[in-house]
Amino acid sequence: MIQTAVTPPTLVVAPSPAEYAIETRDLNVYYGSFRAVKNVDLAIRPRRITSIIGPSGCGKSTVLRALNRMNELVPSARTTGEVLFHGHNLYHPDVDPVQVRQRIGMVFQRPNPFPKSIYDNIAWGARINGYQGSLDELVERTLTQAALWDEVKDKLRQSALALSGGQQQRLCIARTIAVQPELILMDEPASALDPIATLKIEELMHQLARDYTIVIVTHNMQQAARVSDETAFFMMDDDRAGYLVESGSTKRIFTNPRDRRTEDYITGRFG
Amino acid sequence: MNVGSARLFAPAEATTTYRPNLEGRHRRGHLWRVIFQVSTLVGIVALAALLYTVLDDSFGLVAVRNQVDPATLAIAGTPLDELPKEQLVELLGENVSAGLMRRLESDRPFAQRSRQDVYELVVERVVKPEIVATWSLSDSLLARGAIAETVAEKHPGAQLQFRSWLSPDFLTSPQASTAAFAGVRTAVLGSLWTIALTILVAFPLGVGAAIYLEEYAADNFVNRVIRTNIANLAGVPSIIYGMLGLAIFVRGLSGLTSGAFAGLADPTTANGRTILSAALTLVLLILPLIIINAQEAIRAVPSSLRLASYGLGATKWQTIRHHLLPSALPGILTGSILAISRAIGETAPLVVVGASTFIAVDPTGPFSKFTTLPIQIYQWTSRPQPEFRHIAAAAILVLLAMLLSLNAGAIALRNRYTVRS
Repeated sequence: MIQTAVTPPTLVVAPSPAEYAIETRDLNVYYGSFRAVKNVDLAIRPRRITSIIGPSGCGKSTVLRALNRMNELVPSARTTGEVLFHGHNLYHPDVDPVQVRQRIGMVFQRPNPFPKSIYDNIAWGARINGYQGSLDELVERTLTQAALWDEVKDKLRQSALALSGGQQQRLCIARTIAVQPELILMDEPASALDPIATLKIEELMHQLARDYTIVIVTHNMQQAARVSDETAFFMMDDDRAGYLVESGSTKRIFTNPRDRRTEDYITGRFG
Repeated sequence: MNVGSARLFAPAEATTTYRPNLEGRHRRGHLWRVIFQVSTLVGIVALAALLYTVLDDSFGLVAVRNQVDPATLAIAGTPLDELPKEQLVELLGENVSAGLMRRLESDRPFAQRSRQDVYELVVERVVKPEIVATWSLSDSLLARGAIAETVAEKHPGAQLQFRSWLSPDFLTSPQASTAAFAGVRTAVLGSLWTIALTILVAFPLGVGAAIYLEEYAADNFVNRVIRTNIANLAGVPSIIYGMLGLAIFVRGLSGLTSGAFAGLADPTTANGRTILSAALTLVLLILPLIIINAQEAIRAVPSSLRLASYGLGATKWQTIRHHLLPSALPGILTGSILAISRAIGETAPLVVVGASTFIAVDPTGPFSKFTTLPIQIYQWTSRPQPEFRHIAAAAILVLLAMLLSLNAGAIALRNRYTVRS
């Protein structure tokens, strides 16, 4: 993978054969006085797709957003515990959240391209992060990676809002990989799309998993089973705080869950 | 059940759960529609009435009587309007006082004046055409015969002519003591200077404050109090702002607003009653409006756009600069247009701040004394002579045209920045 010219000093690492791409230790997230997520210890393996599943309101998205400090944009949110990325705690006071979000990209539930041209959607992120190479080349490369190039190469200057929902979401993925993150967080990236567009996104995720670590939150258990290598199952406690029930390889979780609650959920007994 | 013919199909068996009420619902809907139509109509009628009154007074017949018949001023058979400049100057010298001649000479030496200029002076000072009676446009069109009779009877020797009070001369002449020679140039320039300065100060300040309040300020008690009170300030009567402006800008900061700090003070003003004071007072007046509207516009930007920007590693300022402002700009401009339109029409605070009611010297900069169009209109309407009612109407037309062109410009600007999807 090509490293950007501006390598963030605090997060500098040799591509070590780390066992985990990112790891949370005793993670708690509060919204005001409400604890949304409690005591989460979750480890994500590099270059794999990890899916986070669980019933509504169990804090899946909150955990995901805690991984790149996106929760901080909610004024009342507070996070305790550690998120280790290459051995550095992302919540250490010296770490700049802006840098964290460049290294750990995010794709959202609803496609949210900028109201700019397709070209500028890709180029903007790279430009503000100080990209020094050829933007044309970058746009072509990332759109090709996102399996969108052939569909849009003749209308790069047209508004991104004219694309279909599925195309917009692939554009958002292309936009994310254009700033060369290591980790891509996806918050139900296909829930607003039709089945065919969903399938395309899933294929794309498989291809991207060769170069990137992907964490996806999904409501759809078939999708988790289809797409992910690892699965983490979350549930909600009596005090409505989400917690991690168990995690492991997707095959094991779906065929031989250790926890009774996991089994009940994946067999459709609740949720 | 009596439900009439509107019912297309009946349920298979009579049901008591639902009362047939479709006709009633349609009737109520129709009633509301009529009510809304009436309210629109009332608005349109009010606007039409306003325009009618203004137009009715802006044009119409006038009876003009010359104090000196121009025919008697002919020299050696050459009629007045064909005389060369030198003879016109002579003629002027013979007919007006020496003092007036000296004043005219010191305003601008006769050697430098054009023939047309001197001719106009002769007409104004010697022939002295006087408007003895005026009529409104509707009377002029509908009762011309009766008017002609009245003129013949009451104003012998007067000529009846159709006059457009709104004329190129009206636009380019400064204020004068007779309605026939008065114009709005000074007031228009005063208004333009004032509003330009107001926009220059109020727009960046207002938008800046809105960005701070929406994007940077924490949601704590102090900021909530500030937000609430900005909304309250928007409702304060404008005359209060005038008194504030008088206390702060005219009195308190007279060194700044008179231009004395830079040695630019106009010796005839030198006490802070300047365009700058007026503009700053109007800034205070419209700042709350601009802030509130800009806040609304910024709040209306979908949060998904913010998230997308932050998610790519953008800083707060990059997010604001590249996504928030471009998306909010059309809304911000719309709000600012409304605020500025209000500022153009303001009269009361400017009266308090010290707008001149009679001024024939064009403003030359922020430190000049000034008058504005609304003040000029107010002043003319309060004169007893009927001619002033007509030039006030013409000035209202000028003000409306200014307002419309400013709004058109702002709308064009807004459309240019509106993101096309």
